[in-house]
Amino acid sequence: MVNADCIVLMGGNMAEAHPVGFGWVTDAIARGSRVIHVDPRFTRTSAVSDRHIGIRAGTDIVLLGGLINHVLTHELYFREYVVAYTNAATMLSEDYRDTEDLDGLFSGYDEEQARYDNSTWAYADAEGRSTTTYGDAARDETLTDPRTVLQTLKRHFARYTPEMVARSCGITPEEFAYLADSIVENSGRERTTCFGYATGWTQHTMGAQIIRTAAILQLLMGNVGRPGSGIMALRGHASIQGSTDIPTLFNLLPGYLPMPSVGVHDTWTDYLDAIASTEQKGYWADRENYVVSLLKAWFGDAATAENDWCYDYLPRLDGPAGTYQTTVEMLEGNVDGYFVLGQNPAVGSANGRQQRMAMSHLKWLVVRDLNMIESATWWLDGPEIASGELRTEEIATEVFFMPAATHVEKSGSFTQTQRLLQWRHQALAPPGQAESDLDFFLELGARIRARLAGSDDPRDRPLLDLTWDYPNDAEGKPDPEAVLREINGFYVGGPRDGEPLEAYTQMRADGSTAGGCWIYTGVYAGGVNQASRRVPHGGDSPNQHEWGWAWPADRRILYNRASADPEGRPWSERKKLVWWDADQGIWTGLDSPDFPLDRAPGARPDADAVGPAALTGDDPFIMQSDGKGWLFAPKGMVDGPLPTHYEPQESPVANALYPLQQAPTRVTFPRTDNLDAPSAGAPGSDVYPYIFTTYRLTEHHTAGGMSRWSPFLSELQPQMFCEVSPALAAERGLVNGGWATIVSARAAIEARVLVTDRMRPLIVDGRPVHQVGLPYHWGVGTQAVVSGDAANDLVGVTLDPNTQIQESKVATCDVVAGRRPRGRALVDLVTDYQQRAGVTVDTDNERPIQKHFDNTEAGDSGAHG
Amino acid sequence: MSTSDYDQFRPPEPERRRRRGFGGGKRRRGGSTARVPADSMVPEVEFTSYYGRNVVKPPPWEWPVALYLFTGGVAGASGVLAAGAQIAGLPVLRRNTRLAALAAVGVSGAALVADLGRPERALNMLRTFKVTSPMSVGSWILTAFSAPTSLAAVAELPIPLGRLRKVVDVLQGPAGLAAGAFGPPLAGYTAVLLADTAIPTWNGARQHLPFVFVSSASLAASGLAMITTPSDETGPARRLAVLGVVGDLVAMRVMEAHMDPVVVEPLHEGKPGKLLHLSERLAIAGGIGALFARRRWVAVASGLALMAASACTRFGVFEAGLESAKDPRYTVVPQRRRLEERRRRGEVDDSITTVE
Amino acid sequence: MGDPRTEVGWPTVEPRKGFFTDTSICIGCKACEVACKEWNHNPQDGDLELTGWSYDNTQALGASTWRHVAFVEQSREQLVAARRSGQALVELGMPTVRSDDAAPDNAAGDVTPPDTDEFRWLMASDVCKHCTHAGCLDVCPTGALFRTEFGSVVVQADVCNGCGTCVAGCPFGVVQRRDDGTVGTASRGYDVPNRHVAQKCTLCYDRLLDDGVPACAKTCPTTSIKFGDRDELVDDARRRVAAMHAEGRTEARLYGANPYDGVGGTGSIFLLLDEPEVYGLPPDPRVCTADLPQMWRRAGAAMAGMAVAAAVSFVMGRR
Ligand SMILES: Nc1nc2c(c(=O)[nH]1)N[C@H]1C(S)=C(S)[C@@H](COP(=O)(O)OP(=O)(O)OC[C@H]3O[C@@H](n4cnc5c(=O)[nH]c(N)nc54)[C@H](O)[C@@H]3O)O[C@H]1N2
Ligand SMILES: Nc1nc2c(c(=O)[nH]1)N[C@H]1C(S)=C(S)[C@@H](COP(=O)(O)OP(=O)(O)OC[C@H]3O[C@@H](n4cnc5c(=O)[nH]c(N)nc54)[C@H](O)[C@@H]3O)O[C@H]1N2
Ligand code: SF4
Ligand code: SF4
Ligand code: SF4
Ligand code: SF4
Ligand code: SF4
Ligand SMILES: [Mo]
Repeated sequence: MVNADCIVLMGGNMAEAHPVGFGWVTDAIARGSRVIHVDPRFTRTSAVSDRHIGIRAGTDIVLLGGLINHVLTHELYFREYVVAYTNAATMLSEDYRDTEDLDGLFSGYDEEQARYDNSTWAYADAEGRSTTTYGDAARDETLTDPRTVLQTLKRHFARYTPEMVARSCGITPEEFAYLADSIVENSGRERTTCFGYATGWTQHTMGAQIIRTAAILQLLMGNVGRPGSGIMALRGHASIQGSTDIPTLFNLLPGYLPMPSVGVHDTWTDYLDAIASTEQKGYWADRENYVVSLLKAWFGDAATAENDWCYDYLPRLDGPAGTYQTTVEMLEGNVDGYFVLGQNPAVGSANGRQQRMAMSHLKWLVVRDLNMIESATWWLDGPEIASGELRTEEIATEVFFMPAATHVEKSGSFTQTQRLLQWRHQALAPPGQAESDLDFFLELGARIRARLAGSDDPRDRPLLDLTWDYPNDAEGKPDPEAVLREINGFYVGGPRDGEPLEAYTQMRADGSTAGGCWIYTGVYAGGVNQASRRVPHGGDSPNQHEWGWAWPADRRILYNRASADPEGRPWSERKKLVWWDADQGIWTGLDSPDFPLDRAPGARPDADAVGPAALTGDDPFIMQSDGKGWLFAPKGMVDGPLPTHYEPQESPVANALYPLQQAPTRVTFPRTDNLDAPSAGAPGSDVYPYIFTTYRLTEHHTAGGMSRWSPFLSELQPQMFCEVSPALAAERGLVNGGWATIVSARAAIEARVLVTDRMRPLIVDGRPVHQVGLPYHWGVGTQAVVSGDAANDLVGVTLDPNTQIQESKVATCDVVAGRRPRGRALVDLVTDYQQRAGVTVDTDNERPIQKHFDNTEAGDSGAHG
Repeated sequence: MSTSDYDQFRPPEPERRRRRGFGGGKRRRGGSTARVPADSMVPEVEFTSYYGRNVVKPPPWEWPVALYLFTGGVAGASGVLAAGAQIAGLPVLRRNTRLAALAAVGVSGAALVADLGRPERALNMLRTFKVTSPMSVGSWILTAFSAPTSLAAVAELPIPLGRLRKVVDVLQGPAGLAAGAFGPPLAGYTAVLLADTAIPTWNGARQHLPFVFVSSASLAASGLAMITTPSDETGPARRLAVLGVVGDLVAMRVMEAHMDPVVVEPLHEGKPGKLLHLSERLAIAGGIGALFARRRWVAVASGLALMAASACTRFGVFEAGLESAKDPRYTVVPQRRRLEERRRRGEVDDSITTVE
Repeated sequence: MGDPRTEVGWPTVEPRKGFFTDTSICIGCKACEVACKEWNHNPQDGDLELTGWSYDNTQALGASTWRHVAFVEQSREQLVAARRSGQALVELGMPTVRSDDAAPDNAAGDVTPPDTDEFRWLMASDVCKHCTHAGCLDVCPTGALFRTEFGSVVVQADVCNGCGTCVAGCPFGVVQRRDDGTVGTASRGYDVPNRHVAQKCTLCYDRLLDDGVPACAKTCPTTSIKFGDRDELVDDARRRVAAMHAEGRTEARLYGANPYDGVGGTGSIFLLLDEPEVYGLPPDPRVCTADLPQMWRRAGAAMAGMAVAAAVSFVMGRR
């Protein structure tokens, strides 16, 4: 980011949520970069930006689409880059129908299942027929054919005009022009613009599509793979990147390999074919090497070619098993036990009441945490106890609390948002009975295996065949470095038996290698923990290679082949990164080149080449099946090949772009404990007239388990508050420092009031729209230094179908002055509102329930996601 | 505080502390810029202050310090009276003023110890001698005064001292004179103690506060002497009382006239204002009484009035200073004014704010 | 110009240390506040109630808060006024700090004001100024406050007797006696150190002795807090303010960089974006002891007057 000439922070509040990373932005500012913050609120990020642009929550696609339209209409995109490196020139199948043709739907919509069949979102071969062999796709490098991706894009975004931006987002044409000019002036050969986003984009039913819109814009401007370019996912918890790489997600295996599903991945070959075709270009074609090595790492000698490397030991999904689906299952009585580890769902998950009620249906609950968080005490002092909805003596759930060691009390790695693994060394021994999660799980596994020892029940084989032997460190505790070594991978048998692998390209599908996460291979190269490198400032190289280790292959900027022109010369001296050294016949430069090192720029492999060998010398997007950056996504997105604006699940505003109000494929949970307020002027929508959005404060961390227990942090932000504009305060009689009650279709909470000009009403479609700001760090309990009502009690559960992330960044509410009622009266208040608004389970949900989830293509979109 | 339909369900609200008030408490004095209606939003910071928060901090001094100002004055001036009586040969006056000095200095010591957060470290005051610290200088003055005063007072007491009595008798003369010499410093240094601070009203009074304090000490000690001592020996004390009253009234007026018009306000307002007003009237009454205090009851009444006047002066000045420290107006406005004045005069090189 | 350390007998081998806090790049994260508390074992302050003062809930520097971040929300008019007052400083002829070193010539020429925002949000991290002429230190009767070899002003807790004189002596309202540092919950038995003792920033004396950097500066993610040799910091600060003026951001100004100001310049200097009082800083502080000789003279006169009055009273006879 420090190399960017313009930084657009949008859908994130970087200075508050990533203050340390923001140091790079500060440096960029010092070098003269322009920083623009687009956010519903004026935040601490806005305070140090050149400009803050207020936006109505949930309308980012309109703004970004407007920018795309602007650069396409005025021919302001980076043409050479676009033609050579993106699929702009690729022809689309005649079967494809755009939202322009189908009133807001793409071709392939199945109304019954509320999902898309993506087979028509296809490239065309020379005859105009759909093809899935991307190498065969026809191209028109003049970009004039109406069926080229670029022309399709033009038509698709034509209605995203500055006027539409003003009408929908509440952004004035002057603000729009400033943003557009800033990006255009700071893109091209000499300059780059970078985007930074976080949950202001992801926590929407359209979250993944918002990011796609930004990706399209950045590809058009030539801002991918170059210094100071890109779209930075400013991710969350210290190692949240690590926990997608080696996932805590239900639908992924390490290295973005999909979790097998019933009916889709029944056999080993089904599974491999679903990940990628061996025919395709790029590194996914070698997926078998990765999966076999993974299974060898897990099941050791038990994994053989004969038993498909124990593929059938892997459980199969029979449907989405995300947090919220599991919650519903709990409520239905289908879940017996629940481990809550490193999260605080009673406070941090949407529709908090539903979460707590669900836990009250469990037989047992294990909470492993640093502190006695609300998820461990809801049965004693939770809001439902206060309201009388639950009675402690009637709750049958047995709750176990196990103290966990903190990050300074154990060694291990964090993978941060730049994919950089950084090793931490233990500083202190954990206090009392606290132990690390690694110790806990190894011990738990060991005990279960001991119980099963000698069993000949085949269902116990997977557990008994696991490799479960890790050496102890000096203190007699399992050595975390041994785990890292296994993740890195090693040779099995042969002359180099046991030696660590250096690169994933050394992995083989014949059982001669094992490795826990292919993209991490190299982190233990040479038997050295590369993640623990800590040369100040990363050493001499501009990309700081001697600090930590970035996957893959210690590459600091992905797709960096794109930093050079098709002939392999840097686009400009100012923005040089990697280039082709013709004398040596090798790619070289300041970063580890993200390209086959010896593939000359002009190389044109044979038509029958596959995998990495098939990449031409100017195919920088080496993980894509056609080597190009995807303006149009023929697969990977379940809700459309191009981004399209739909309104949030709850919105006071009608969709100005299409007749469809909400996203057709969003995941909903129409239940009486998850009601939605009427939208867009429907009867009763005036009962919940305001938009609210939820967010973080620097002073606290997420659901508060680590910050609300610290007096030093608690004193900095001691109480739950809401932020409102002076105009809204006047409308509702709110007083700075006083109390307000905020009511949604799910719950009512109270908060202190901050009346501030930082919240500005927007003029949307000619009328003022008020947005209420709610930090989500507080929860009701008695153990923390500070506690308070939880914003998440207000939030409903509706999900992005790509990511299963809840829409916690926008919903509607009412605000009244004063504190909320206590006890039963609180429930009555919520019910009273629901009745006045005439809310039912059908409100906002008039379409088939989306039961399907789709992960068959997670691989392609995920690896560099 | 806002109200709503659900108020009846509210838990009782905790008392709001004034410091935390959202305009509910004392109205903040505004700066020069227009203010947003109080309470309607995050208070826009006025031109002059940060949410009305004080700039300087009042010292953590409570009534014992004000009492000390008073008793220190009484002690010092009593020491002076005692020395005078010693020289003039007024034995009753000498005895009574010596004893008064001892008592007053005793109360002072107790007050000082009571005020220190850590009384066990009271002696740390004598670790060092610092001219820059009136507190240090004062501690030494107090010590230098107390020792001879004690000796001189002991000499007056009919207590069996055995062989020591001889020594005491020999030393009491010089001791009395020494106490007399340290009397004015004891009575006056406290003015410097207060003035040599960043507390606006005290510091603003630095030119004349010593005159007020020595006058006040004089009239108080004289008043005490008028109470304890028959009129036939209190002539000098009564004259000193009158001079003290005149000095007090004049010094106070001159002091106020020379102070910044804003910084002087706390001396006129609120409790300190009342105290100082009362002090003035008591002093006048006591002074007039002293002129005619041949009669015992008049003497006693005047003496009480004078003592009370002095106490009121000390408590008034003391509290006015604390008040001035609690409101940023008293720090900011005068500083702004003097800064602007210097700038008008072309003195622009001594500002803490610079652009280069 | 006087080095406060030679005055107390330190051989000035080390450059004087200080802070340059550039508030224009502060993001109000309060990491400095927390780092300071952690390092110095300072207890929680206050009563865990929201103040309603924007995002500031700790309100002021004090015995248990040695770094404090101020938050000020301002309208466009206030920004314009600040720009004007900063411009006025230039017009007054200040850069004429009576300075021996030539001021870098800049700022002159075309000064195009940048876009004026509708609204701005100021954040500034305040700290003890480590004054060249420190009122607190001067008035301390016990010598508990002393000048270190780094030029900082530090309280020795084992010498301090809690008299509180320093509190009144500080023109910036920094030092305070710790009377009631309170720590939140019953479950946590933090020990509150140094009760009834004057407390303030030590410029991390302990860390400096180990060649370290103060905890607050080390933590600051944006380098808003810069620690180093004071002279160099002053140069940096001057360059920064000149650069900002050149951009038309004339609201920028330095605080504490002038050795001829009322406290002889401060060890901690600041770049502010408005008048000092907006941040709760005094606009024209003056160390009280600058007037002390005069005060002693006046007091001497008063004492003499008292002696004379007494003499006169006695001379006039016993009745
Ligand atoms: N101090 C601190 N740092 C943290 C965390 C923490 O709790 N505390 N949490 C960590 C975690 S887990 C995460 S995921 C990250 C999250 O980091 P961020 O996503 O940056 O944090 P948020 O505050 O949730 O949301 C960011 C901003 O999105 C804005 N916003 C809301 N809706 C919209 C919208 O529709 N469009 C746009 N453009 N903006 C919108 C909000 O006003 C808010 O300012 O932070 C990480 N860092
Ligand atoms: N309304 C609303 N809701 C949101 C969001 C939002 O922006 N708005 N953001 C969402 C996002 S992005 C996130 S990430 C979630 C976060 O929500 P959660 O993950 O539910 O909440 P956390 O408070 O981060 O929970 C982490 C817990 O892990 C504990 N912990 C820390 N270290 C360890 C360890 O080493 N081992 C163990 N076992 N425990 C440890 C901490 O004490 C803490 O209690 O909230 C989501 N919910
Ligand atoms: S808490 Fe940790 S991860 Fe978050 S900004 Fe601070 S240093 Fe970075
Ligand atoms: S700012 Fe106050 S406490 Fe700090 S050195 Fe100066 S006078 Fe002393
Ligand atoms: S409180 Fe302590 S540091 Fe302050 S002046 Fe008194 S003795 Fe000195
Ligand atoms: S220098 Fe040290 S003591 Fe002073 S504010 Fe910074 S961290 Fe606190
Ligand atoms: S740590 Fe730095 S950026 Fe954060 S509040 Fe303190 S001075 Fe500002
Ligand atoms: Mo997150």
